Amino acid sequence: MADGLTAGPGAGELETHDFDVVVIGAGGAGLRAAVEAKERGLRTALVCKSLLGKAHTVMAEGGAAAAMGNVWSEDNWQVHFRDTMRGGKMLNNWRMAQLHAQESPDRIYELERWGALFDRTPDGRILQRDFGGHRYARLAHVGDRTGLELIRTLQQRAVSLGIEVFMECKILRLHKDSEGRVSAAVGYWRPTGGFVAFTGKAFVLATGSIGKSWKYTSNSWESTGDGHAMALWAGADMIDMECVQFHPTGMVWPLSVRGILVTEGVRGDGGVLRNSEGRRFMFDYIPPMFAAETADSEAEGDRWYDDHTNNRRPPELLPRDEVARSINSEVKAGRGSPHGGVFLDIASRRSAEYIRRRLPSMYHQFKELAGVDITAEAMEVGPTCHYVMGGIRVNADTEATTVPGLFACGEVAGGMHGSNRLGGNSLSDLLVFGRRAGMAAADYAEGRTGTPTVDAAESRKVVSEALAPFARDSGESPYDIHRDLQETMQSLVGIIRTESELVQAAGELDKLAERADAVAVSGGRAYNPGWNLATDLPSMLAVSRLVTTGALERRESRGGHTRDDYPKPDPEFGKVNLVQRLDEQGRLTLSPEPLPQMPPELAALFEEPAASPAPAPGKEGH
Amino acid sequence: MACCRVDRTGRHPGGPGGSEPEKEDKSGVSTIDDVKPIPVTIGGVRGGPAVRTLRRDPWWKSPAFTFVVLTLFVAYTVWAVFQNADYFVGLSQHRDLISPLYSPCIVGSCVPGSHGSFLVLHWWMLTPALIGLSGPGLFRSTCYYYRKAYYRSFWQSPPGCAVADGHKRYTGESRFPLILQNIHRYAWYVAIAWNVILTIDAIMAYRLPGDGGIGVSVGSLVLTANAAALWMYSLSCHACRHVTGGHVNEFSKAPIRHRLWKVVSKLNAIHMQFAWISLFVVVIADAYVRMVAAGWFTDPKLF
Amino acid sequence: MADVTMRVWRGDSAGGDFADYTMPAVEGEVVLDVLHRIQAGPAPDLACRWNCKAGKCGSCSAEINGMPRLMCMTRMDELPTEEPVVVAPMKTFPIVRDLVTDVSFNYVMARQLPPLKPKAPEADGTYRMQQVDVERGQEFRKCIECFLCQDVCHVIRDHEENKPNYAGPRLFIRYMELESHPLDTNDRRELLRQRMGIGLCNITKCCTEVCPEHIKITDNAIIPLKERVVDGSYDPIAWLGRKIMRRTKRSAAEVAQDAPAFTAPTSEDRLERQTVPVAVGAAVGAGNPAAASAGPGAGPSEPAGGTGPTAAGDPFGTDAGA
Repeated sequence: MADGLTAGPGAGELETHDFDVVVIGAGGAGLRAAVEAKERGLRTALVCKSLLGKAHTVMAEGGAAAAMGNVWSEDNWQVHFRDTMRGGKMLNNWRMAQLHAQESPDRIYELERWGALFDRTPDGRILQRDFGGHRYARLAHVGDRTGLELIRTLQQRAVSLGIEVFMECKILRLHKDSEGRVSAAVGYWRPTGGFVAFTGKAFVLATGSIGKSWKYTSNSWESTGDGHAMALWAGADMIDMECVQFHPTGMVWPLSVRGILVTEGVRGDGGVLRNSEGRRFMFDYIPPMFAAETADSEAEGDRWYDDHTNNRRPPELLPRDEVARSINSEVKAGRGSPHGGVFLDIASRRSAEYIRRRLPSMYHQFKELAGVDITAEAMEVGPTCHYVMGGIRVNADTEATTVPGLFACGEVAGGMHGSNRLGGNSLSDLLVFGRRAGMAAADYAEGRTGTPTVDAAESRKVVSEALAPFARDSGESPYDIHRDLQETMQSLVGIIRTESELVQAAGELDKLAERADAVAVSGGRAYNPGWNLATDLPSMLAVSRLVTTGALERRESRGGHTRDDYPKPDPEFGKVNLVQRLDEQGRLTLSPEPLPQMPPELAALFEEPAASPAPAPGKEGH
Repeated sequence: MACCRVDRTGRHPGGPGGSEPEKEDKSGVSTIDDVKPIPVTIGGVRGGPAVRTLRRDPWWKSPAFTFVVLTLFVAYTVWAVFQNADYFVGLSQHRDLISPLYSPCIVGSCVPGSHGSFLVLHWWMLTPALIGLSGPGLFRSTCYYYRKAYYRSFWQSPPGCAVADGHKRYTGESRFPLILQNIHRYAWYVAIAWNVILTIDAIMAYRLPGDGGIGVSVGSLVLTANAAALWMYSLSCHACRHVTGGHVNEFSKAPIRHRLWKVVSKLNAIHMQFAWISLFVVVIADAYVRMVAAGWFTDPKLF
Repeated sequence: MADVTMRVWRGDSAGGDFADYTMPAVEGEVVLDVLHRIQAGPAPDLACRWNCKAGKCGSCSAEINGMPRLMCMTRMDELPTEEPVVVAPMKTFPIVRDLVTDVSFNYVMARQLPPLKPKAPEADGTYRMQQVDVERGQEFRKCIECFLCQDVCHVIRDHEENKPNYAGPRLFIRYMELESHPLDTNDRRELLRQRMGIGLCNITKCCTEVCPEHIKITDNAIIPLKERVVDGSYDPIAWLGRKIMRRTKRSAAEVAQDAPAFTAPTSEDRLERQTVPVAVGAAVGAGNPAAASAGPGAGPSEPAGGTGPTAAGDPFGTDAGA
């Protein structure tokens, strides 16, 4: 039986599956990579931690950005490329941004051939919608469930191709052969607790996000950063891990809706932010550079909604990071709401009928999930972790990491989005680079010599490490450590960072790592969520460390990374990726390394001024 | 409109710009010919307690109500059918009212005046309601809504959602006799013909022979309501929804059928209500005609 | 607020029983929130699936007070609190542990579905579809695959032996989506009739009642499919239409040849070949040797005869506007 490892693990007893290409993670990127490798005729495995089709991709609402030009024929890849680079504050890997802009339309059309049903234009093409930071209406969408459409289409494609899917299997570690090539992935089946190894000629990591290290996050439980951690441990370079996207207003209470994002539209339609004293505190935080265009009295701010020309905007509509910084300051000053956020109040300012008409999905979502009536009471909101721009450093064309045989695509890969991601670019990112990773992995697998095997000693070590929590009679619950990690990251490495807090966080992470080494779990191995969480802790701690270290080093504010003590972008930091890797002794090192240089013809795109009043970059909404 | 045909690298071989065939994969499924049965494991151990249901809400109320009402309806209908009398109000009462259960009256046993010149089955001496009921009965008994209602309340298969089926074996509508439910489409065609007849009956009911010629009586309104309810019931039918437009795959190329389909779809959403309303109205119409024919009272002329 | 008592099924294939957990009530919670508190407290190994906790992924399906529901979409304040809240695993699927069931049946049925086979694209390589043409399919694509409809369906819930020949409501909406897809050229009606059990459904509508996405499964998918099967197999007028229009349909024998009957393996067979954890772990692929060996011989092939895409389900022949 598969879980026969209890009596002393040995590679001979380890259940092993051999493939050409092993894709870890079955969100959009993993599915797309697997489809590509399978279409090339290679034996392809898709391994995922949940059931097939449940990955976090389903949560994406807005759409997939692609310059198809169906709504605005002026749109083309150059404009999309420029929007992406500007949104990422030029920290992006230019080649990735270029490939993304060039290839995403074909990836969308391809989905249509596989059965996706996008909303249509009157002449029968794929309809595209506007989104923050995109100059033209560019997001192919299906109502507000584009992510579901995307993952379902890819899932159905994968199934019809006959790809073998290994569900509810958590991969713990990647193993390398004597030549340094990744040759096996070792993990366990969640349903049985039995250990398993996948040998392969090429491995694709598509494990998504890291959000579960924060208390308030829109991510699902799976987003523990396994891929980031495994790649790091396998010797890969990680870049710009400090660039994490937070949404300033996610629900923090009640529990049932915690992490659900509250669109900026609520503020645009009259919602205001108040602290525990009932004060509209945003008026206290108007930065000088916005003072000229921001109302300085509540009366003027209130008039603006009806008369934009003669009044200035209320400060609730300041840029994202300003709003976030203000909320952060209020909470830290002890004037937050009971659950660590602030109040977003539209109920006392607009009629119930108006709110229902203007914000129907917000209204219904909170009503249905939490019984919260946003027309009757204020919401408790706070900064919420949403997306990580940083990740594994990859070759832009092949998605190859710095470790031979290892590829990465989707959110786990870094570079594409620079320091801030535009809404809609993540779904097209999955498709473009998922396919490229699948192609390159297939090429690599075809060219690779020798038979990959599982190293018995190494796998024994992985197994015994994973089982160690069962052996401890006394020890902390993994849930307690996870909760404390989330509190630490939320309060110290959240949306607004400062040196003293980051240093404190680094110390806290040391302590948490010690506690995690002594974690104890009870019960059996079959579908034991306590144990599963215990095995997730090393990944979460590793990525928390990467984010903290990077955030401490990047002494500037850029995109998703905001330093209170360095509130402005620093041109010098704008020229480098902060690269973290493990050295020979297994210590984490960090070095700034120059960004790849854009060729002149692309650089020229940024010289002409932006002609249209494009909406402020930043991913508001979803 | 200029689209997006720009110089673009990395075009997928099967991507836009070419209609070359998909790369075929040997283990995949592309057409129905590729479908191979995959064994499904059966007999696994299930979780939860071995009880009929864990529901605590009064789920049995709705099937019980359906059971009672449908039983009463069937009992009344059987009685009315075999009574074989008092189904026609004719010249002697200055009316032309026929019970919907007995229309069309085209057999030898029909009372004089009830059959016009359409007496076709001279040899039939059983109750004419057996003919009158055949079409609507077939339609109603194979109706998708009533199937749900009686499978749940009579056949207990299942009695309620997440409540155990009352039967050990189950083959659904895949075998004889229930495979005959598939004739619902024809039953619908037949029902439409019956609706035409009952509509003519309703129109004829406005003739008040010897009582002013043409006028409105309660009886004529009752038969009109009956015809209207039956039309709504049969036009909201799922088979109607399919033949009017449901079978179309590209609505944009069949705008008229699309429009029809949309109308029928709206009605279809309240098919259940029409099913019940028309059931009650038929009973009321039959009972009304019956009472007038039996001489309990005369059909009041309104104007 | 008072306490709430959760009566949660604990156990695996060796047996189990309900266990009561009394927790302090917290305002604005859903059932899943309380289970998470139980996990972080008295029962760290309580097994349940969940992912998004926002009603979008369809992982946390269970039976709450006897009704199949998503735990993340069931608010505690809508349940009666005077008695314990009963949470049991989905009944139709084999138990893995506690509230987790082996839902591989659904993936196996999905694997046997002939996917979209689109017609040739426009000259520029893309397709044109009108919004009215995609809307019907979009309703079905809202499906989050929670499998509550499969769970509540008495055809397999109470009659295990039907599983090998019954696709179930979730797959029926997928079949309908494809059958009514404006680009599709596959005809799946005979497959539905003979192998996928469209005739087993007796349209008692429980699938529609439990659907968290409020998809009108019965009215908009199953009944239309039954009607399309009637077009193909039971309607003399459509048959006459086909004769006149000289359209042919694959004979039942031809289809049956492709899809021979087989005996369903029992759990005993399954244990024998279980060298890999079949449970859910490898539901689609490795757990089903037949899946891997389904390939050879199944090369590219066109459906026999000239069953055109628009002919499918069109008893009237071509529309004037077509």
